[in-house]
Amino acid sequence: MTEAAYNFAYLDEQTKRMIRRAILKGLAVPGYQVPFASREMPMPYGWGTGGVQVTAATLVPEDRLKVIDQGADDTTNAVSIRKFFQRTAGVATTEATREATVIQTRHRIPETPLHEDQILVYQVPIPEPLRFLEPRETETRKMHALEEYGLMHVKLYEDIARHGTIATAYAYPVKVEGRYVMDPSPIPRFDNPKLESPAIQLFGAGREQRIYALPPHTKVVSLDFEDHPFDPSRADHPCALCGATDSYMDEVITDDAGGRMFLCSDTDYCSTRQKKGHRGTESAA
Amino acid sequence: MTTVTDTPLLRVRGVTKRYGARLGCGDVGFDLWPGEVLGIVGESGSGKSTLLSCLAGHLEPDAGEVLFDMDGGLCDTLRLSEPERRRMRRTDWAFVHQHARDGLRMGVSAGGNVGERLMAVGARNYGDIRARAADWLNRVEIAAERMDDRPTAFSGGMQQRLQIARNLVTGPRLVFMDEPTGGLDVSVQARLLDLLRGLVREMGLSAVIVTHDLAVVRLLADRLMVMKDGRVVEQGLTDQVLDDPQHGYTQLLVSSVLQV
Amino acid sequence: MIDCKDVTKRFTLHNQGGAVIEVLSGATLQVAPGECVALTGASGAGKSTLMRMIHGNYLAEAGRIAVGGVQVSGADPRTVLRLRRDTLGYVSQFLRVVPRVPALDVVAEPLLAVGWAPDAARDRAAALLTRLNVPAALWDLGPSTFSGGEQQRVNIARGFAHDYPALLLDEPTASLDATNRGVVLALIEEAKARGAAILGIFHDVEARAAVCDREVDVGAFRPVAA
Repeated sequence: MTEAAYNFAYLDEQTKRMIRRAILKGLAVPGYQVPFASREMPMPYGWGTGGVQVTAATLVPEDRLKVIDQGADDTTNAVSIRKFFQRTAGVATTEATREATVIQTRHRIPETPLHEDQILVYQVPIPEPLRFLEPRETETRKMHALEEYGLMHVKLYEDIARHGTIATAYAYPVKVEGRYVMDPSPIPRFDNPKLESPAIQLFGAGREQRIYALPPHTKVVSLDFEDHPFDPSRADHPCALCGATDSYMDEVITDDAGGRMFLCSDTDYCSTRQKKGHRGTESAA
Repeated sequence: MTTVTDTPLLRVRGVTKRYGARLGCGDVGFDLWPGEVLGIVGESGSGKSTLLSCLAGHLEPDAGEVLFDMDGGLCDTLRLSEPERRRMRRTDWAFVHQHARDGLRMGVSAGGNVGERLMAVGARNYGDIRARAADWLNRVEIAAERMDDRPTAFSGGMQQRLQIARNLVTGPRLVFMDEPTGGLDVSVQARLLDLLRGLVREMGLSAVIVTHDLAVVRLLADRLMVMKDGRVVEQGLTDQVLDDPQHGYTQLLVSSVLQV
Repeated sequence: MIDCKDVTKRFTLHNQGGAVIEVLSGATLQVAPGECVALTGASGAGKSTLMRMIHGNYLAEAGRIAVGGVQVSGADPRTVLRLRRDTLGYVSQFLRVVPRVPALDVVAEPLLAVGWAPDAARDRAAALLTRLNVPAALWDLGPSTFSGGEQQRVNIARGFAHDYPALLLDEPTASLDATNRGVVLALIEEAKARGAAILGIFHDVEARAAVCDREVDVGAFRPVAA
């Protein structure tokens, strides 16, 4: 057989069509969880099988792929998925957010604003935002169908009652186009405002067999109470390397004596700033 | 002051439910008026719980009508769409389960349990929700400092009172209760009965209560229906049915109760 | 106000071979507003049975019973409940209440049922309990722990709380001392003065003579077969 007989980007043709149909349906009904027949991937569940299937179904040979895990391009998960697509699809890769056409991410939205020609693919562990309080899938589906979302606020109520403030720091629930309540995957709530974006955003949950999507410029509102409005929160410290104060920070423990520093979780954003001459307290002079 | 209206709150006609060849309940009919409490008694297997499930929409009867007064007109709840029926269960109707854990979210604080129905009908102000939950916990005699505790830390009687608060916070017009005092100590039962009587009077509530406890219906129900083998064998004023029972089965039931 | 015509009562005991006990036949009486009528007759003659039928507690087999123009015999439960709430009071021989409910609330309950404000209802209940010499220390306790006489006085206070146009009294002075008996008789006189129609059973001959305008012997309504 010739190489041309094989399908582009790992998936067989039937699977690719099935996933693409699910993606299109998800884009047509923003925030709605579309069931799909998730395939076995050459990696364990929890390592981004859902995201990988969505990325594989989305990629075209001209694409330039970026993969991040917790904002970083150089962690094991990001590196292995990037290598997987280099080998199976032969696409170009990049670490620069601005140059990428497809970005697969775990737990972050890049700091650099996305633009209309980009697709952001999220890896999702638990797609159902109501699962916290309602274990029955039949019931949660009915609740979505009938827009019975009071339960979602019970979760936030419990937060305030227990902690005095909404303590949900990641996977903070949102309402999409005034209709479906959606789990934005475990991104920090700092990233929630960035969900309203000119890029296409696709969410893949491999183990749970669900795909959902946000078309460009979709209205995405973080749930809150009138007297406890949504607050995206931000770090109290500037980045120790680039001095940024507007990005999401990782806390890094530096020694056994309690020493620590705060660094941009988005490695591309941080290094780009450093190249432009921005400096933090720990930067090499 | 309770006003006398000419429209019943609930009109039930010919409700029948079969389980294969066996009759769950057959051809049951009654009118329930605003502010009235109807007791349904009978031994286990008499069909009283089946009937309650049919009335509350948890079970679909094979025949019959369950008409509810909505905006002045009687409307067959069995023909409502599912969203309408679910909305009614969150607003105008309430259901108190025998086992509080069937009616509570055990992983959510007492305040959250009471607040859920408010949030389900659109309340979005935390302070307001909390204030109304606190008011209701107070009305069912649960101390304010227990508000953020989970029901798992509560006694059986407290759980049942919490379930009642959770159900009544949205001011329903009709409450279904399935053995609400079952499984509780006698002294706890008495307190709960008194609480229910007061709430029924203050809120002008109507209620349908299923129980096998004749003492409970004597103190709580205005009217009584006696069921046997899925059929209503006798109905009337509670004290009349208990003191001057006409049907042989009711006479047997009444004479079987230990007098204290 | 209270009107009975040709009232018949029999009990059929289905679990004792369908035995039929005839109690009353052709019972006829009227009580006018402001009048107190005593039911007399031997024990078991059916005095209490007749009272219970007027109250709607027992069903009448035949005949017609009306109170204040509202027919009791054959009425639906809702009509009887409304009648009991607004028109017809009943002081039974025994107090039947939810355990552990304070005596004060037991007495105030009929007033709350006809729409009194809670404070006003409790004030009136307190006044009645004071008048009937129920110690204030007992007001917050459930009457089931009280002595027989105390329970009876709570029962009377409850029966006289709301100004019913018609009253049924079953042995209101039994188990009371002279002082409290006097209070009860005074309450009855006051009720008559405001126009209440009262039907009562009084074994206490003196009491009967003091408040009753006439007597009706239930023995006259004995079924022929019995």
